[in-house]
Amino acid sequence: MLAAILALAGLALAFGLLLGYASIRFKVEGDPVVDQIDAILPQTQCGQCGYPGCRPYAQAIAAGEADINQCPPGGEQTIQQLADLLGREPKPLNPEHGEEEETPEVAIIDENICIGCTLCVQACPVDAIVGAAKQMHTVIEAECTGCELCIEPCPVDCIYMVPVPDTPQTWRWPFPELYSEDARRGLAQVEREEADEATEATHDR
Amino acid sequence: MTARLWRFPGGLELPGHKTESCERESGTATLPAEVVLPLQQHIGAPAEAEVEPGQYVRTGERIARARDFVSAPVHASVSGTVQAVEDRPIAHPSGLSAPCVVIASDGTDSWTELTPTPDYTAEAASDLRNRIREAGIVGLGGAGFPSAVKLNPGGRPVETLILNGAECEPYITCDDRLMQEEPARILRGMLIMRHALQAQRCIIGVEDNKPAAIAALTAARDELAGTDPAAAAVEITTVPTRYPAGGEKQLIYTLTGKEVPSDGLPIQVGVVCHNVGTATAVERAISEGRPLVDRLVTVTGSAVAEPRVWRVRLGTPVGDLLEERVRDWGEIGEIIVGGPMMGFRLFHHEAPVAKTSNCLLVPAAEELTPAPDPMPCIRCGACQEVCPARLLPQQLYWHARDKDFDKVQDYNLFDCIECGCCAYVCPSHLPLVQYYRFAKTEIWAAEREKKKSDIARARYEFRNERLEREKAEKAARQAEKKKQVNKGDDQKKAAIEAARKRAQQKKEEQGVQPKNTDESELTEEQQRKVAEAEARRGEGTGEETDTGDTAGKGE
Repeated sequence: MLAAILALAGLALAFGLLLGYASIRFKVEGDPVVDQIDAILPQTQCGQCGYPGCRPYAQAIAAGEADINQCPPGGEQTIQQLADLLGREPKPLNPEHGEEEETPEVAIIDENICIGCTLCVQACPVDAIVGAAKQMHTVIEAECTGCELCIEPCPVDCIYMVPVPDTPQTWRWPFPELYSEDARRGLAQVEREEADEATEATHDR
Repeated sequence: MTARLWRFPGGLELPGHKTESCERESGTATLPAEVVLPLQQHIGAPAEAEVEPGQYVRTGERIARARDFVSAPVHASVSGTVQAVEDRPIAHPSGLSAPCVVIASDGTDSWTELTPTPDYTAEAASDLRNRIREAGIVGLGGAGFPSAVKLNPGGRPVETLILNGAECEPYITCDDRLMQEEPARILRGMLIMRHALQAQRCIIGVEDNKPAAIAALTAARDELAGTDPAAAAVEITTVPTRYPAGGEKQLIYTLTGKEVPSDGLPIQVGVVCHNVGTATAVERAISEGRPLVDRLVTVTGSAVAEPRVWRVRLGTPVGDLLEERVRDWGEIGEIIVGGPMMGFRLFHHEAPVAKTSNCLLVPAAEELTPAPDPMPCIRCGACQEVCPARLLPQQLYWHARDKDFDKVQDYNLFDCIECGCCAYVCPSHLPLVQYYRFAKTEIWAAEREKKKSDIARARYEFRNERLEREKAEKAARQAEKKKQVNKGDDQKKAAIEAARKRAQQKKEEQGVQPKNTDESELTEEQQRKVAEAEARRGEGTGEETDTGDTAGKGE
């Protein structure tokens, strides 16, 4: 009896020490979930989700304060990836936060109109606009995330969004159409007939 | 002596359609009136234009420099005036435009001065590589990988140098003609490559449907062996005709039995493989100092009056080249750049011939039957049997169709060489290769986006850090200022205190009681009231002292 108690107490002590050591030795700095979520987000830093950047949004998702469908630039793909990561059901993009854009865009400044007020420079979340007070400003296109945050503060409306043109290097092969036009029409016909039959069947019942 | 050969998996025996264009000797196409030279005709970074519109250039002059290690310069292919440096349609499956240098020919074809290297054996390997690189030579088999990069083993030993003369794709015959017409040049080019690589063994692999080419190469080797003992060791090996025997990995396996690892390069198994056309370009670059300004192009197909191989200046518009050679513009179905298996449809007739354009296939419209409608996959597995890369095409198809890009990579999508065997045998006529190309370009696009978002994240974090720092600096500045102001306050307070003390002292010294009026002028009544008020004040002072004490205690 005593031997059993001693043995169990010994085991408990040993495991306790082991766990205590492991918790110090393998301590995780920061919140890995936030990093993982942040890695999925498109880093547009546009704030359309209602948070001042992608990382704050990631923190809000991790804390359960924000839903996963608030990122219009990421769109369906990001929602799907977040759902996979967090083990949640994917849901459609919340239209309150905006719509997914078809083609990526970058901002350009009409340099003839720019008065050099530096408001856009301050608004840019990724420092992609260069310029100084009363000097012409310009956008570093390669660094622009297309967040549109510079458009609103501009007092002379000289910033526009332009789509990034496709080049042979960035061009993507289109998804092959599974059925040709004729076959699709035929398939649609079959589906219609089947639907008609189904309605007839319910009527009969 | 027959060398041992290995049989690569899968593959197809296809109708060759090669005799049409191969029975005539190659011709030299007329000098074009205008050339359009794309800045990117190779794999890697695009070249950077070095000429301005209006500038006169001679043939062979460099007009764009290589911008990176994996890049290639571009040279003027005619002499004349630079018309523009602008976006023009290029021969690309997208049909998009890309930056090009446009040169109007002056018709004289006057060459720039060339510096030949008479004795390559006296040169260091790195010098030879630099010359090959400066000559703008890229793989002429169709992929367009900069040759100088492939000739740089980076310290790894090269056991075997293979020249690829298999030319397995139907209709294409430019390598066949080249081997028949310039076998000695190919061999000399190979020896230069061998010198640069210090390769131990040299093999030229040729498909057995090209007996004339094999005979010509053998004769040239025996002749050359008399003067150059190194040439005697070159093996000319016949490989069975089976598409895609000319695929780099397939040919290496057939000739050496070595498998290039997935995602790997041939150099990892000690092999370097070049096209025979590339060897002649290398020979010209070294022994004549001549950069790559032309190439052999097979012009064939049922709409072509006289199918033939032509030596064409790079940048010649495809339409110009075909103009005199097709029977009737009205009856052509489409123009395919490359062969029937791996080629792509050309959207713009004005797109130029590039370093990678080995064939222009022009079938007549009547010959083209519309592709049969794709049917659902029946999981027959025929595709898997013919896949030369030992992949599972139908699994790739399912996952590519589902846009499940992790899964397609699990099934080694990037080992697919897009040879088209699977689609050729598919009984459901599924456009399988198109699915793989779709998936590949989608994955690349996602990678680019990932890279871009990583940069954006770094910039965003840096900006936040900077803003924090600026805020902290501002706060520090303000605190400093406040301290300065407070210091001033203290001095003032001290001065006031001192003044008060002085006044008090004076008061005590004089022993003056505060009085409002002269008492003698007042009535009795008034004097009584003053006395009362004085008494009250005395009490008040007492109270005041009391409250002052309590306040003092309270503190």
